[in-house]
Amino acid sequence: MRFRNDFLLVNPMNRFFRHPLLQAAALFALSVPAWANVNIQHWVAANGARVYFVESHVLPILDLQVDFDAGAARDPAGRSGLAGMTQGMLDAAAGGLDEDALAEKFSDLGARLSGVADNDRAGLSLRTLSSARERDGALALLRTVLTRPEFPAAVLEREKARATASLREADTKPDQIGSKAFARALYGDHPYGRSATVESVAAITRDDLLAHYRRHYVASRAVVSIVGDVTREQAEAIALQLTGDLPAGEPLAPIPAVTMPKAVTERIAHPANQSHIFVGEPVTRRGDPDFFPLQVGNYILGGGGFVSRLTKEVREKRGYAYSVYSYFNPQREPGPFQIGLQTQRAQAADALKVVDETLAKFIADGPTDDELKAAKRNLVDGYSLRLDSNRKLLESLAVIGFYGLPLDWLSKFPERVEAVTAAQVKDAFRRRLSAEHMVRVIVAGD
Amino acid sequence: MELRRFSRGFALCSALAALLAPIAPARANPYETRLDNGLHVIVKEDHRAPVAMHMVWYRVGAIDEHDGTTGIAHLLEHMMFKGTKTLKPGEFNEIVARAGGNDNAFTSHDYTAYFQRVPAAALPKMIELEADRMRNLVISDDEFARELKVVMEERRLRTDDQPQSQLHEQLMASAFIAHPYRRPVIGWMNDLENMRPDDARDWYRRWYAPNNAYVVVVGDVDHKKVFEQVKKAYGHMKPVQLPVRKMTAEPVQTGERRITVKAPAELPQLAMTWKAPKLVDVVNDREPYALEVLAGILDGHAASRLPKALVRGSQVAVEVGAYYDATARGETTFMLGGTPAKGHSVAELEAALRAEVKRIADEGVSEAELERIKTLTVAAQVYKLDSTYVQAMEIGRMEASGYRWQDADLMLEKLKSVTAAEVQAVARKYFGSDTLTVAVLDPQPLDPNAKPRAKPAGLRH
Repeated sequence: MRFRNDFLLVNPMNRFFRHPLLQAAALFALSVPAWANVNIQHWVAANGARVYFVESHVLPILDLQVDFDAGAARDPAGRSGLAGMTQGMLDAAAGGLDEDALAEKFSDLGARLSGVADNDRAGLSLRTLSSARERDGALALLRTVLTRPEFPAAVLEREKARATASLREADTKPDQIGSKAFARALYGDHPYGRSATVESVAAITRDDLLAHYRRHYVASRAVVSIVGDVTREQAEAIALQLTGDLPAGEPLAPIPAVTMPKAVTERIAHPANQSHIFVGEPVTRRGDPDFFPLQVGNYILGGGGFVSRLTKEVREKRGYAYSVYSYFNPQREPGPFQIGLQTQRAQAADALKVVDETLAKFIADGPTDDELKAAKRNLVDGYSLRLDSNRKLLESLAVIGFYGLPLDWLSKFPERVEAVTAAQVKDAFRRRLSAEHMVRVIVAGD
Repeated sequence: MELRRFSRGFALCSALAALLAPIAPARANPYETRLDNGLHVIVKEDHRAPVAMHMVWYRVGAIDEHDGTTGIAHLLEHMMFKGTKTLKPGEFNEIVARAGGNDNAFTSHDYTAYFQRVPAAALPKMIELEADRMRNLVISDDEFARELKVVMEERRLRTDDQPQSQLHEQLMASAFIAHPYRRPVIGWMNDLENMRPDDARDWYRRWYAPNNAYVVVVGDVDHKKVFEQVKKAYGHMKPVQLPVRKMTAEPVQTGERRITVKAPAELPQLAMTWKAPKLVDVVNDREPYALEVLAGILDGHAASRLPKALVRGSQVAVEVGAYYDATARGETTFMLGGTPAKGHSVAELEAALRAEVKRIADEGVSEAELERIKTLTVAAQVYKLDSTYVQAMEIGRMEASGYRWQDADLMLEKLKSVTAAEVQAVARKYFGSDTLTVAVLDPQPLDPNAKPRAKPAGLRH
């Protein structure tokens, strides 16, 4: 329940950083500082779990996250929402404790449990005090929730009813209608294109949850990320403690390849005051060789907040929108490049024209030397801001671990950003963004 | 819940000070000073990473506005990025970005604040930039006209097309008939339509002065150097005579108020608000602390009563919440609300929420529940130290809301001293019908081909 609507920001939080699917995006702006010396320790536990650890005793806090290859891309056809439901119900009862008892025990330790769920990943993260009583208590609870969930039928029925209510509500909201239509238009029947529906949620059974859990929450595909006030020895024990009771697991087929969409403009009627506009196409995987030219270019195009070309053209020069942005969201299979904005419906066509022209010009000409220089200064010099807390470090570690990025990914970041040339940006945008695949979705246009 | 006292937290309590001794030596950190012109400067050294969070807070917000120009505090905040005597529009952002930083600003009923997160080496430049726009802002007619359009789009996005925001806006406008919290921070659309550049210039001239501002820095800095830099940048400014703040007190509410908001949606929603006391005397008040604890027991954490009883237990609701914040420049309320589950009415949900408060009024709360709130509050103090942003927000918010940053420590101690009897007493005292306002969202079918009901906004200047 949201009561406060009276805390207004001059600039919207950049979708690139805010979108739950995009937590990984924190990586975008990492580079190496003289100070940082972020020492990532990595090992594979005896049971196959991959562990990533940064030791830091500055604060009496322990942050950790356990991820599995158990995201929405693993939903069987007709069961969209299963991955999210399974993840969400891990703490609905476990190890003989019901949901109320679990909630009380976590709270009584001052610990915070939260969920991780996107297209590729699903799991849990925990923040606890590192003092022995709190830490050991919270870790024992987390192990119980991860390894002995019960998925009680009565709670499943209730959560299905809540999910259904929430889906019906979402289907009245132009931004959510648009997001789903955009994913469908980009990916068709590929798992990245599917969204939970009232029907798919109704079809989910307890057996589905158990099957999904048993198949995907397995030690050989567990990624354990740990940041904070424990020693290497303790971290090794913690990783085993959390995942030791999980089965090794059977090999998993890769998720299907993405078929590129044909260019299309989809219009969806809606009585809202503003049109919600989405433009984009599938582009990048994690580990993409074009990652740096695309990300540096996107900072200039629409990722750099106030100073981006899209913000200048759409918002500053014309007052068409409060929020306009672009981002690449690299995933296991090509994730979307997306431009988004909302504007008074009568001027939607004009605003879209400005967006199209801005994008076309950027693809045709690339960045100016001055823009490139400014982008590098922000991304390289601002590196320390992206790693200045345990929480942010944990998010980066989890992405490095899950996608198997090299351990020197962070330390090599600045030189890779510095090495990007204007020609590379132009070349990458021209090769990777093609008009014949560009999808447009407009909700509530005139 | 979006903003919870227990996740926002207070400053470090003494019990934790011992725990944290090795990393936070018992020195006078934060450090503060005050320039002769009245500017407050508070610096908290945090040397974990070579970054600085720099904020400038002004004690002016929507609460200081008048009818006819609602939204001007927020609009001026937007104009602060549109150039000074020496900077072109947008140049402020360019400089921050090239320094490796990012920046933003926010406006609430109580305050307006600006911040930059930068590598620590860039802090002196940020101080110069903020000092410059405190006195040298240029508001051109042309920039004003375009930014006004942006703010109208913001209103459409955040309020006009959001049924829940409309519900909240109208709840506040009904609960307060005289007090300025009845007006939305973003302003009424018609006031935005009628806004003139001179409204923004007047606002700026009246309120943007060193004696109405607080500079807050948290990060890898030497406080003495920061004091020098601030003095160099702001020291020459003269204080201004601030306008007399005439805040209309809300007349005592003497009967229940009920309103309905119709909007395209699927689910109905309920929002209730009771008049409740705010924290005035940090040392001697008791009830505001008890109300904070009550809100925490009802909806402060995963194990709290409302979700347990109404979402997981009786399943009357798919979502519930409670909200109370003791600290404010204006008057305060205690809110309850939620969304009924399928097969249950708004009336049933209202009865169930009120029954939960009555249960506490009749039976009190357990020691375990009290202890849990205190544990979570203490933990939140430690977690706060992982974020320079959260630490700077706490200091700025306290100062700009009319408290002192040191009060945060004291408030935490006070919160920990709240007894079960005190929680029960406020549950008995403040939840009668006569001071209650109820707003209900009555969902309307979505006609995709209907035109929006809100009048399209035309600019009038």
